[in-house]
Amino acid sequence: MEESLFNSFMNGPDQNGRFGKFGGRFVSETLMPLILDLETEYERAKTDESFWAEMGHLWTHYVGRPSPLYFAERLTEYLDGAKIYMKRDELNHTGAHKINNVLGQILLARRMGKKRIIAETGAGQHGVATATVCARFGLKCIVYMGAHDVERQAPNVFRMKLLGAEVIPVTSGRGTLKDAMNDALRDWVTNVSETFYCIGTVAGPHPYPAMVRDFQAIIGKEVREQIQLAEGDGVLPDTLVAAIGGGSNAMGLFYPFLDDSDVTIIGVEAGGKGVNENMEHCASLTGGRPGVLHGNRTYLLQDQDGQILEGFSISAGLDYPGIGPEHSWLHEIGRAKYVSITDQEALEAFKLCCLQEGIIPALEPSHALAHVLKIAPTLPKEHVIVMNMCGRGDKDIFTVAKALDIDISE
Amino acid sequence: MGRIDTTFEALKSQKRKAFISYIMAGDTNYEKSFEILKGLPEAGVDIIELGLPFTDPMADGPTIQLAGQRALEQGMTVKKTLEMVKLFRTENNHTPIVLMGYYNPIYSYGVNNFLKDAKNAGVDGLIVVDLPPEEDEELCIPASNFDINFIRLATPTTDSKRLPKVLSNTSGFVYYVSITGITGAASAKSGNVGPEVQNIKKSTHLPIVVGFGVTTPDAAFEIASVADGVVVGSAIVDMIGKQKSTEEILDFVKSLTDGAHKA
Repeated sequence: MEESLFNSFMNGPDQNGRFGKFGGRFVSETLMPLILDLETEYERAKTDESFWAEMGHLWTHYVGRPSPLYFAERLTEYLDGAKIYMKRDELNHTGAHKINNVLGQILLARRMGKKRIIAETGAGQHGVATATVCARFGLKCIVYMGAHDVERQAPNVFRMKLLGAEVIPVTSGRGTLKDAMNDALRDWVTNVSETFYCIGTVAGPHPYPAMVRDFQAIIGKEVREQIQLAEGDGVLPDTLVAAIGGGSNAMGLFYPFLDDSDVTIIGVEAGGKGVNENMEHCASLTGGRPGVLHGNRTYLLQDQDGQILEGFSISAGLDYPGIGPEHSWLHEIGRAKYVSITDQEALEAFKLCCLQEGIIPALEPSHALAHVLKIAPTLPKEHVIVMNMCGRGDKDIFTVAKALDIDISE
Repeated sequence: MGRIDTTFEALKSQKRKAFISYIMAGDTNYEKSFEILKGLPEAGVDIIELGLPFTDPMADGPTIQLAGQRALEQGMTVKKTLEMVKLFRTENNHTPIVLMGYYNPIYSYGVNNFLKDAKNAGVDGLIVVDLPPEEDEELCIPASNFDINFIRLATPTTDSKRLPKVLSNTSGFVYYVSITGITGAASAKSGNVGPEVQNIKKSTHLPIVVGFGVTTPDAAFEIASVADGVVVGSAIVDMIGKQKSTEEILDFVKSLTDGAHKA
């Protein structure tokens, strides 16, 4: 990678919402005026100190930020290689990084006078975060969730209902996360005037990918300060590792380091049963090709005729056939490296993390951890890895029990 | 002059309104949809919108989505759709065909290859729902180089400030979406539609047709009365989905076109 490029990676997207050829605004005319309004409002808020002051207050007192940067001492000893730090975003209120972004979008919705919030959710984490913040501000919340996910994530469905949200099981198409997103877009196109669509990841039409990234970038900004407190002034991580479905936790960790040429950046996709021609995975970058879906051009799982394929992963949060457009761009220009981890490898990492660190991780960051397990032993002891522990695993214990063939029902 | 312009000129001189029907290519299978397609002009259809099936039709309601799923299950592709148009053209060289769908299957086919093959097959226009004017470089501008009309949707959210942008590279006709919502959902009221159509007419000489939510001959008459034409999709597709015979479907289409042509 040419050294001269390293002061430009944080400039995206351009005014058309493009990261290189990726991104854009591929939506129907009905929605176009809405996303232009949102862009205007976001641009205004971005430079408004009172907006960030309100965010900061809520991040501190409601979410519990900053989340710790934790040195995983036993795991480091066990692997006998690089030093492993975990960014503990699973300790946030609602148990994942999702709330960082939701707060930002809901504050924007309030500024825009929107009273009705819609969201899509896969594993339910974004749905729970949205329901939570809507309850906090007394807003109506409607969450679209694939019927299949409603079934496999029952505890999160109940949480959302307790928080006063209406959960709509989506049966159109194949009833998965992408179908939930389709139905959320259909809702938005129907209820244009009062509705704000709170997207959960760094995907969708511009300005969503940039806006969600900016709200999640608090993760990387904190890491930048915390690692210097831990390792000394001027020290940056040598390697960043994060799991990717749509890619919001990863983008949040990576973004503040994009122009630091000494920092290696690795995104970990869900390899499901393996990235091969059977296509039983969710690895859009390593197993897909560029296409246009849900408002942006990005890498997608698709067949020869441009029809979208279903992803497959043990982790409902990674089960999406696309990926944020900025990741597609970072992949093509080579600034970040993307790898895949299978269900089996993620499960092994999940178990090891429970036993070595006393942390039950979500299946999503278990993918990131699995890659750390692969590389840490090969790296020198002074090498610093930061992985994003972006969610806690309480929601996944049933899935894990099933995968391990253990019956935990009464 | 292309088939679409010729058709509207002819209708204008006959003081008639256009009836535009939508069916999904390959629904419920290739043969069935081809049989219906061939029968549409005789049932009074002036312009045919032929749907390109897509797995994720974000702007469509369940009726069109299910039609797309049926077509895909039967192995329908972009290539086969273009072949179907080509075959249609061997018997009919005057009824305009507008392909309607989403961008990804076209992008996947390759924009230039697609436009070349579509022109060659006898396609006259394109409606691509997820390509707003902001993305004109993708397909709209290239299509004009092949003399294929790029027909744009104007919607109730398109305000007067935005309208010129929507109209700028549009050709053939303007499709006014009468409701905020998805296809086949709510019904349009002609009382609201008329003033909107007149408003758009101030900014363009192109014919304006109205669709979304028109399901009956009476509604077709009312909408056609206040516009240059009317589009019916979901109501026809619904009958196809219910496995009605081609004859029944075309009889229904005839009742709709009669309604529109009375206007």
